[in-house]
Parts: sequence; structure tokens; C-alpha cells
Amino acid sequence: MSSLNPAAAGPLVGAPATDNYLTHSRGFWSWAATLDHKRIGVMYLVGIFTMFLVGGLFAVLLRSVLLTPDAAAGGVKTIVDANMYNRFFTLHGAVMVFIVIIPGIPAALGNFVLPLMLGAKDVAFPRLNLCSFYLWLIGTGMALSSLYWGGVDTGWTFYTPYSTKVGSSGAFGGVVPVVAGAFVLGFSSIFTGLNFIVTIHKLRPPGMTWFRMPLFLWGTYATAVIQVLATPVLGITLLLLLAERLLGIGFFDSELGGDPVLFQHFFWFYSHPAVYIMILPAMGVMSELISVFSHKHIFGYKFIAFSSVAIAILGFLVWGHHMFTSGQSELLGVIFSAITFSIAIPSAVKMFNWLTTLYKGSIDFKAPMCYALSFMWIFGIGGLTGLFLGMMGLDQHLHDTYFVVAHFHYVMAGTIFVFFGAIHYWWPKMTGRMYDEGSAVLASILMFIGFNLTFFVQFMMGTRGMPRRYYEYRPEFQMGHVISSIGSYVMLAAVLLLIYTMIRSLRSGRPAPANPWGAGSMEWQCASPPPHDNFKTPPPVVDAYDYESLEWDERVGGYVHRGRRGGPAAAH
Amino acid sequence: MQMADAAHPISHAAVPHGDAHGHGHHPNLEHHFDSLTQQFDAGKLGMWLFLATEVLLFGGLFCAYAIFRRNHPEVFMYAHQYLDTTWGAINTVVLLVSSFTMAWAVTASQRGQRNLTSLLLALTFLGGVGFMVIKAIEYQHKFHDGLMWGTHYDPSKHGHGHGEGHGAAAHGAAAAAGHAAAGDGRGGAAESHAAGAAASAGAAGDHGASAAHPEATTSVHAPETPGQGASAAAADADVPPERAPLEPSQVALAPSGPAGLHVGGHDLHGPRPDNVHWFFGVYFTMTGLHGLHVLAGMAVIGWLFVRSVRGDFSADYFTPVDLGGLYWHLVDLIWIFLFPLLYLIH
Repeated sequence: MSSLNPAAAGPLVGAPATDNYLTHSRGFWSWAATLDHKRIGVMYLVGIFTMFLVGGLFAVLLRSVLLTPDAAAGGVKTIVDANMYNRFFTLHGAVMVFIVIIPGIPAALGNFVLPLMLGAKDVAFPRLNLCSFYLWLIGTGMALSSLYWGGVDTGWTFYTPYSTKVGSSGAFGGVVPVVAGAFVLGFSSIFTGLNFIVTIHKLRPPGMTWFRMPLFLWGTYATAVIQVLATPVLGITLLLLLAERLLGIGFFDSELGGDPVLFQHFFWFYSHPAVYIMILPAMGVMSELISVFSHKHIFGYKFIAFSSVAIAILGFLVWGHHMFTSGQSELLGVIFSAITFSIAIPSAVKMFNWLTTLYKGSIDFKAPMCYALSFMWIFGIGGLTGLFLGMMGLDQHLHDTYFVVAHFHYVMAGTIFVFFGAIHYWWPKMTGRMYDEGSAVLASILMFIGFNLTFFVQFMMGTRGMPRRYYEYRPEFQMGHVISSIGSYVMLAAVLLLIYTMIRSLRSGRPAPANPWGAGSMEWQCASPPPHDNFKTPPPVVDAYDYESLEWDERVGGYVHRGRRGGPAAAH
Repeated sequence: MQMADAAHPISHAAVPHGDAHGHGHHPNLEHHFDSLTQQFDAGKLGMWLFLATEVLLFGGLFCAYAIFRRNHPEVFMYAHQYLDTTWGAINTVVLLVSSFTMAWAVTASQRGQRNLTSLLLALTFLGGVGFMVIKAIEYQHKFHDGLMWGTHYDPSKHGHGHGEGHGAAAHGAAAAAGHAAAGDGRGGAAESHAAGAAASAGAAGDHGASAAHPEATTSVHAPETPGQGASAAAADADVPPERAPLEPSQVALAPSGPAGLHVGGHDLHGPRPDNVHWFFGVYFTMTGLHGLHVLAGMAVIGWLFVRSVRGDFSADYFTPVDLGGLYWHLVDLIWIFLFPLLYLIH
């Protein structure tokens, strides 16, 4: 049966005339009301990428403002005043965290890939999936509407009492729409996580056992657990914040005997695990990319799988390391510090397994691999500087400096690198087109250079006392800021080049074969782009990291299973 | 498991074998599931996960409750006596009965008893209505008495409110003149304060008046007839309280001695501690969020009722009733924790 192995069926490959999920139905409503996980994934991807550009634009503006130390030095400072600067960094943070990175890999790429990788026809609850996308849209709209309501300048952490008292237009201000928007986005995230957990538990076809699942699914599963268990706490925290601001409930208001630090506990109880919501799916993608582009079986499969779960569990127990300077008890600080160190172990397990997978592999420097290798460098630095900050003593010095800014960008923007790598990796599957490898690799190199230019220097500024979120600074920091800003322009160029590459691919890319990279997981066994209902019959489950059975077939310009070449499947 | 047993044979009966393209499935089987059993199991797991998120949502509030109560037990010991245990107990019974009718409705729908299912769903819905009505009555009393959260807490009103409401003769405000005993008619039993205690009660009771307008307290609130004094004070109390008068030193009521107030048959011993508003903040957020969940549950049950009357459910397909039931039980369960934690503490 050719449906078992579409790659083998030469004439089908890359022929857009055949029925696929893109051509299955037409018109606005066929997309807006679709229940197809692939279309929802694509809509998410377009939305999230657009918002990435918005958040990035804020960042470039911020960096431009910071080119000169203060208003007296003239220059760009006059373009955006201090208040506007505060709103920009707040929106940059809120947009990037809540709207882009948290849903980025799971909701956009996970939605597209997860059922395909599993060999399922869809996620467990397609309507909930669509609902989740619209909640994302609504939440995003609400958050951005804060600009109209006077902007929000609390930083993305909404710390009380500032967030409950200050606002440009009275009680409402810009804080309420952003916080309400984050609440709605939280529901979007919960529903995605819930959907994925149920899908992985209940829709695995026969033969797809837990330890045959590609590691991306393990990463997504661990992420989904955090999404389901941590996000409700953010929900109640934001509700209490709204109640405080709109109704004067006083839980976080020391004037009424409340406790502002309680808000920090509540907030970080979600927002630290949220860091792992951002990084775990990226680590899952990494395991795929490193293995596929080394053409070598992943090393230490079970260790990687369990380290995802370990990170998910430990991630719940470290929130207090954000509050070493907030007056929590020393004992608590010591405990949080210790657990923070211990979370380095599962993270390092992953790093060493990837390195070992690379060892003696036949490394293929395609664009996804370039992003993946960048991630290893970037996450290595981000993770290790996290240990600096996890030390109670050193954190007294580094807290709220550029060191922290650099650290979390090295971690979170590491996710963005993997996000880009994953977009390239699954692009042929999603669009049915190949992209130009040359310009894609160039963009990834530019991105890597720009990123390190922007943020590495911030570690040094931070150790020397440059506080985060400041509009003006002492002149001796100017050199660092200028380097950092130049880096941000390089990244802007890289992103523009990436967009150009992708648009050109859509317009004139060569039709993609079913399996262009020689990957073993199941999504590469259906055509590119996949048909509407993925698999007519579930494909045979094979080891996702077995590359021995794949070989290059010139006729289709992609990889096919050995022995199934050019004819009915001999195996199975 | 009864449900699994009920669903298993159907899946085999309803799904034609050998039809790989999914035509001719059971009408309620969605295309991406292989069998009704799989669909039912997925729905059930999804609902349990959703319930976990709900528990965590309330978990934040329970956590806040624990922290505030541990730090300031006196606030909770003092303020919980203003809650009406009778109404609370009735509401507990109402919800438990509705949980029973819901469980029965699930069983009835599994057996394909359509009319019985519809009737039981209607009864469950009515239970929700009853609960919300009683809650509204309780809330109204609290609003009337100024027993509210944070900045809206107004300790003067629960003196005035009950005094007027029960037609008791005298009022604390009258004692601001520093003379005779004032009756405070809470719970219908007018009871005299010791003069000194009443004086300070009056002063603090006039909250804004005493703090912000000291002259007004002495001049205006020394009328011939206590009734006028009460209404004057009540008028005062209608002025939205500013933040300043609520500072602990000013709201603190320190009538030492056994000046017991009667509230709904409970004795209020001891002085009013600082920050009583916390308790009402906790009370209103917890019961308010719970009330929203009751409303959501009622919407679900109303939708199930419509579908049941329409004949959507059968012994083959009852997943929505089952899942709606799970949700309703959770809403009940949360109340089972709220009732003792808020009403029955000692």
C-alpha cells in the first residue's frame, strides 16, 4: 500500500494537485472555523511570528534609546521619553513571554507535528484546540489594547504595590487589560497542555509505546504537565491582582495590612515553571534536530526523556530564587538555592547526551542544525550563569542588573533559536516547499553573531552595576550599550533575511519530498504537505532514531526506507 | 467500572468493522477516534485534568487563607462570627442534594432513561438556583452591614444596619455624647453596652466622622432622640470611606470587658482586631469565585437538560452528562471545604 509509505510513491511527491490539508477546502471560514490541528498550528505560527516581530520591534526601539546615556547627551533619547521607554520594555517582556515564547513551540509547531509524530489523526479535542487559538487571539488583543488605555509600565512581572496603585488613567490604567489578557492567554495555554496530555495518553496508535515516542513528544508532554499544573496559579494571582486594583481587596497592599511579597510568591510559583514551559519543548526539538542532522541514533534516549520530567518536577520547587532580595527567610533561601543547583543536573544530562550524539556523527550543517548548535552554545552560557544567580550571596550583587537580563535572554532567546530551527526543519512538511539553504544558513549565522553581540556584553555591564530597566545610565556604560544595540540591529537583519528566505520559498521553492532530511519519526512518512486526515491507516511504528534503514533516493530528492524503494512496501 | 462496561460493547457494536475510511460511524463518534470507548476515555481524562486546574485555581486562594489565618488567627476568630451558619448549613445541604440528583442523572442517562435524566438535571439546576439565591441573601446582608473587603470594609454599618433592621431602640452613635448606655440591636436582642465601651464603640463606629470630622461627632451626634442620631450616623456611613479613616489606629475598637454583641445568636467576645477586612476579603473572593463556578455549572447543566430533552443521549452516548456531573461534583466539593473553613472555625 502506498499510503503506508508515500515517499515511495514517486508521482505523489510534491505534487500540489493531490489533496492535502492546504488544498482540502478553501475560503476564509475553512480556516477560521477549522478543526484540523495542522491548520490551527499554521494559524498559530503566523500569529506568533507576527507578535514576535512586534515584540522585537519594541526591543530594537529600546536598544536605540539606550545608545546614549542620558538626555543631556542628546541623540535618540528625545524620540522616546522615559515613560514611553518603561511601557516599551514592559510590552516587550509581556509580549515575548506570554504571547510568543510560551505558546511558540508547543502551540504552533506542537500542534502541527504532535499528532503526526504520534501517528494520530488529530489532537484529542479539536474544538478545544480551536478555542485555545481564539483565546490566544483575544488575550493578545487585550494585552496590546493597553497601549490605548495609557500603557503599562510595571514590567512584565506586575509587581505589587506598584501595579495596583500606579496607572496613567485612574483605576483602569493599562495594567488591567494586560493582566486580564495574560489571564486569557493562560487559559489558552492550559487548554493546549490539556489537549496534548490527553492526546499522548489516549491517541497513541498500537505499537507506539511511551519509549518509542520521539523525544519531542516527551518534551511536549513534560511541558503540558507544567502548563496544566502551574498556569491556574497564575490565573488566581492575576484575578487577585485585578480584584486588588479594581475592588481594593487589599491582599497585597501593605497599607491595608496585606503582603506584597505574597504576590511575588504567587507570581513566581507560576512564572518560574513558565521558564520551563518555554525551554522544555525547545529541548525536545533539539533532541530531534541533533540526532537527525548527525544522522546518528540519539544517545541516551531514556535519560533525555526522564530528564524532561525531572526538570518539570524540580521546576516547581525553585520559585523562591527570584526573591533572595525580597526579604524571605534565610532558611527558605538556602533551600531554594539548593534545589536551583540541582536542576542543573537534568539540564546537563541533556547537554551531554546531545554532545555525545554529535560525537562521530556525520554532521550536516543545514539551517536547522545551525540553530541547534547555536542553542547549545547559548543555552550552555544561559544555564551556567543561572548557577551564578542561584547563589544567594552573589545574587545580592547581581539582582536586577543587566547580568540577569543577559542570563534570561540566553535561556529564553535560546528557545527562539530552536523555534527558528524548528520552523526550518518542519517547513517542508508544513508548506510542501523547500527553502534556500544558503540564505537560511546565513540568517542563522547572523542571528548567532547578533545575539551574542547584544547580550554577552550585558553580563559584563551587569557585574559592574548597570541596573536593568533604566532609561538613563552613567557614561562609562555607553560602550557596552552601543555594542549591545549594534547586536540588536544585526539580529533585526537576520530576522528580515529569514522572512525573505521563507517568502521566496513559498513563491518559488522546490517542491518538498516526504522526507527531505532523512528523519525517522512518523511525520516524515506522510506526504509533504500531509493529507487532511494524516494517515488513512496508522503507519507501522519504527524506531524514530533509526537512520540505518533510510537511504537517499535521487528520484524523489529525499530519503526513503530501504527496501521500500520504488515499489510496494517490502517490509511490514 | 460500570461506565467502561457500558461503553465497551457499544464500541464494538456501533463501529462497523473493516471500514478504514470512517464512514458509517456512530453519529457521536468523532473522526479521529477509533472507538466510542477511546473517545469516552479521552473525554474523561480531559475533564479530570481540567478539574485539576480548577483545584489549583482555588488552591491559590486556600493558600492565601492559610497564610492570613496563620499570621492573624484573631481576625478569623473574630470575624467569622458575622457569617450566618444557618444559611451556610442550608446551602451545604442544598448542594449535597443537588450532587445526589446529578449522580442519579448520570446513572439514569447511562441506562437510557431519558425522562428521568431530564427531570434529575432540572432538579440539579434548581439546586444551583437555590444555592445562589441563599448566597445572594447572605451577600446582601453583608453589603448592608458594611462587612466587605479591603477598602470597602465599613465597621460602622454593622452597628447601624442591624440596629435599624431589627427595630432596636437605641444606637451606638447616641452614646457618642458619652452618656447613657446604648442598645445595639443585633440579632433582635437589644443589649446594653457598658457606657465606656459604647462610647468608644460609637466613636469608632462613626469611623469617618470621628476621624475626619471630629467636631461633627460631638456636635451633630448629640441629639435628643437616639433615632435621629442613628440616621445621622447612617447618613454619615453612606459617605464612601476614604482610606485614611480605616487605618488600624482609627478603626481599632477597644471595648475591653464583656461587651458582648449579639450576632445571629453568636456571642462576639473580645475586642475587634485590626484588619478584620482580610477575613471578608478572603470570604468574598473564595465564595465569589465559587459562586461563579456554580453559575458555570448551572449553564452546563442547563445545556445538558436541553440536550437531554432533545433526546441526544442514550445508553450508547452519555459522555457529556458524565463529564458535566464530574464538574458539578467538584463545585460541590469546593464548597464542602469552604463551609467549615469560613463558617465553622473555632
